[in-house]
Amino acid sequence: MDELSPDTAARQSWLSLLAKAPAVRLAELMPPDLPAHEWLRRPEVGAVMVQGRTGATGSPFNLGEMTVTRCALRLADGTVGHGYVQGRDGAHATRVALVDALMQTARADCVRADVLAPLQAHATATAAARAAKAAATKVSFFTLARGED
Amino acid sequence: MYVAVKGGERAIDAAHAWLAEERRGDLSVDELSTRQIEEQLTLAVNRVMAEGSLYDRELAALAIKQSRGDLIEAIFLIRAYRTTLPRFGSSRPVDTGEMACIRRISATFKDAPGGQVLGPTFDYTHRLLDFKLLAEGDVAPAPVAQATPGPVPHITEFLNKDGLIEDQPHDDTQPNDLTREPLELPADRALRLQALTRGDEGFVLGMAYSTQRGYGRTHAFVGELRIGLCPVSLDIPELGFAIELGEVELTECETVNQFKGSKTEPPQFTRGYGLVFGQSERKAISMSLVDRALRWRELGEDNVGAPAQDAEFVLYHCDNIQATGFLEHIKLPHYVDFQAELELIRRLRAEATANATANATATALASTDMNEAAE
Repeated sequence: MDELSPDTAARQSWLSLLAKAPAVRLAELMPPDLPAHEWLRRPEVGAVMVQGRTGATGSPFNLGEMTVTRCALRLADGTVGHGYVQGRDGAHATRVALVDALMQTARADCVRADVLAPLQAHATATAAARAAKAAATKVSFFTLARGED
Repeated sequence: MYVAVKGGERAIDAAHAWLAEERRGDLSVDELSTRQIEEQLTLAVNRVMAEGSLYDRELAALAIKQSRGDLIEAIFLIRAYRTTLPRFGSSRPVDTGEMACIRRISATFKDAPGGQVLGPTFDYTHRLLDFKLLAEGDVAPAPVAQATPGPVPHITEFLNKDGLIEDQPHDDTQPNDLTREPLELPADRALRLQALTRGDEGFVLGMAYSTQRGYGRTHAFVGELRIGLCPVSLDIPELGFAIELGEVELTECETVNQFKGSKTEPPQFTRGYGLVFGQSERKAISMSLVDRALRWRELGEDNVGAPAQDAEFVLYHCDNIQATGFLEHIKLPHYVDFQAELELIRRLRAEATANATANATATALASTDMNEAAE
């Protein structure tokens, strides 16, 4: 399951990026002329049990659940899009599924440039801002006086 | 006996209407939004998510608002809500080695690779009330510095390379889930960790503290404490691969504990482990101390009879929703039970009075007999 083809790995990557993107940001970036779709699975809210590992590396244990919303839709040409997102936002899941479907059509390059690239930039910038604040709180020890001197 | 059981509806409706009014408080004060709770009472939100056992900031904030800040009531609301959700599956175990740490400290190694990163901590504050917060005001932006990209290694791994700490071998055995099957003893470590991570912070803290004071001492050092975001991956059957659904903020504590060795194990350090939703480091440290104390049997240590070594005591009392449910139910109407108790007490008292009277009569008669005999 971990050996993915390049196409599958790319899809995995955009679905993960879309799921983690702020819902408001994705809504702003959605392309204007969205295709019609029919539902294979209307947005539904559920839970996923998050697991940790004993001692960080040992056997799994159940840490607690998180809310997740999922949906699946089909475009007129038969392309199927899936949306799985953290939280309870059906509109976010729907947008993810629409972008997932569009990324499998001829519009992929446009969507990549107009939606995925700005989301990736946003994610990178957010993570970098947090890391930079953390780095500023890193302790640099220096020796005041050595006991044996 | 027949006891009237209807007639409270009007009083209950009025009580709940008043509750809603009290919740809102003085109308001349702005209403608190759930967004404000999410952003400004973040650690309360974290606690409700951890003990409610459901990671959803907005719902936790709503529960805090609805419960007027009573966090156990808020946790109750979250626990009730989560039972309504269909389960889509279990995530892949989160890899805390890949955590984007905002805080990472070690009490055992000053110069650990990756360094000591304090993050947004209360440590080293003077615990003096900050009267500036009484007035509204802007906050200066936090300083920034050049960050080293990439994950930060776990400190216990350095000890593990030298064989100085017990190994924590990789294993993919699926754990039992105490939200699906009732907790039964003996509980394996995975179940104990699940119970502790959703257990009451105050209870787990008290248990951990008792081990430090000598009731089942395990000589714990905080090998590493880290806080940060971890992605959560779920295998999606219809896609045939896993995707990252989102990120959760976690606090992880690994303790390094003294261990003299046993019949089966050489002298080495042992581990206690804590992992909790949100920024909850008091809870994570407490969890790792109690986890370690509960491992006495598998490590061949003596059971000294300490409360924190008693899995039944710890695991059956750490859940504040179970505890508060049983505790608070005694304030609800028990009229029939109490009538029965009242009847019993009255009968016993009547019997005791009758016996006393009979005894007194008998004694009086006996003494009369004796007096008569003596005469």
